[in-house]
Amino acid sequence: MTIQFNDETFHDDYTFRNSEWAIRRFPFPFHEDSYMYSVNLEPHLSLRPGSVYEKTFDVDEHYVSEMRDRARVLAEDPLRCQSLPHMTLAGWDLLELIMESKAREYPDLFELRRDGDHWHWINKPLELEQKFTFLDETTLPCGPMEYITRQAQGDFALLDHRDENLWMDAGMVTTQADWSLDFDIGMNFYEWHAPVPLAHELGVFQRALKFLLNLQQGAPVRRLNWTMTVNPLLDTSPENYHKWGVQKTELTPENVGSKQHLRVELQTLFRLPRSNALAFPIRCYLIRLEDLVTVPKWGRRLHRVLRDLPEELATYKGFIRNRPMIVDYLSKFDDGAETSPGIWPD
Amino acid sequence: MSRFQFPKSIHSRPVYGTLAARPGKAHLMVADAEGAEALLDLAGSAPGLMAKAHVIYIPGDAGERYIPRLGAHSPTQLYIGPSYSAAVPRLRKTLADAHMGLQIYLAGTEGLMGQAMLEATSAGYPASAIQTEHRGSTARRVQCVHCKGTTENVTTTPFICAHCGLNLFVRDHYSRRLAAFQGVCVDAEDPGDVPESEGLYQ
Repeated sequence: MTIQFNDETFHDDYTFRNSEWAIRRFPFPFHEDSYMYSVNLEPHLSLRPGSVYEKTFDVDEHYVSEMRDRARVLAEDPLRCQSLPHMTLAGWDLLELIMESKAREYPDLFELRRDGDHWHWINKPLELEQKFTFLDETTLPCGPMEYITRQAQGDFALLDHRDENLWMDAGMVTTQADWSLDFDIGMNFYEWHAPVPLAHELGVFQRALKFLLNLQQGAPVRRLNWTMTVNPLLDTSPENYHKWGVQKTELTPENVGSKQHLRVELQTLFRLPRSNALAFPIRCYLIRLEDLVTVPKWGRRLHRVLRDLPEELATYKGFIRNRPMIVDYLSKFDDGAETSPGIWPD
Repeated sequence: MSRFQFPKSIHSRPVYGTLAARPGKAHLMVADAEGAEALLDLAGSAPGLMAKAHVIYIPGDAGERYIPRLGAHSPTQLYIGPSYSAAVPRLRKTLADAHMGLQIYLAGTEGLMGQAMLEATSAGYPASAIQTEHRGSTARRVQCVHCKGTTENVTTTPFICAHCGLNLFVRDHYSRRLAAFQGVCVDAEDPGDVPESEGLYQ
């Protein structure tokens, strides 16, 4: 196999680590030295071999451990995976999209053999093999969305398209930046974004919705979103906030570099062929600050972005209490030099 | 008067209007407590409307105050229920038996309207056939995002979850599917440091 999969945890002892390879390909989200909400959608085209933008669904060294973490979270709280009754077809669409993409783009890891509706799926990293009949739920161990998203990194939402709006009517959500699928399922685009500050007033959601309602098959789009997370905790859910919230108080000037992580979401959107729903994968990447600053441009830029971020955003993103410590740490890596445009390392 | 002007809020929070008579052969009115005032105003503005209506009324703290006046409008059916949950089987049967074109009027507390709205939309009625008018208490139904238990009649924030005992901050984020606002642990980052409880909208 081409990827060496890590054996690591995203909770309790937090043995998660990024290799040098993973650090260099981290999806740094800031193309300039400041940040404000924007729609920032671009075609999800293959870009830069080796980058997280190369494949339809990026698979990296964390794959096996992330899937183990998902199974753990689901065992504790099955409500993290829900699908309203009319969304099963969209689940099949998603299963097809993921299986076909992975088998095509990672032939050494995944195989899909199709004989009419009789499909044979082989997932080598997870040592899974399944023969099933496409569109026949009784031939899978669980629903199609759950089946395939237990084998794909990142969260997934399925958005129904009706009444000139998008409705979050199904999802697999275990690596979320503090939002609840169980609470938000069934909401439309404006409702589930309701708690986001400032962006409504900027017209961001009106423009994004208009764009997404016109999304065409075969023309997926992507954007990045970000927040800050203490410890490499994938499951920063509201459900468990009363357990993990206290970790924010454990930062010290000595450990901020290793405990504080930049959390980046690679969000992609696909129009699905049978259901006309949208698939909305939200893939989470974590990087500790001391690894991030090994790319000098990123260290300088993150310092400036966080230092100058409007207070509402730092509050909403949940790191207002630790901002001074984080900015102080990052300031040591900002010599004031100019940074080049764009997200890539120099 | 029992009207309350809700402050401007976020997109997921419901907004309520003023009930207005709509043409139709069949009408269903569901109200609790001071919600009866909205039904009486509606009946006053549209003589004969209530004579075509099935009224489901849960008086709660309002006691007998509005019942004689509701009865004076001679609804086709007038049900006085001891609690919302006691009225649910009847509400479901009514929604299942009714024909297309039923006009639905909900009035009273947010909890009553939200839950009855959920029943009506689950039964297949379009939002355009349902009107709402808030009257009376501004108490909310709040779901604890941690234990998933719903606490009724929440009037302060933070409050103690009736199920798991956590101190919950009441958000304006609202789920129609749950007919509830969201409650989130207020002292997760500083255990035991609970801000003093204050009334909602204070």
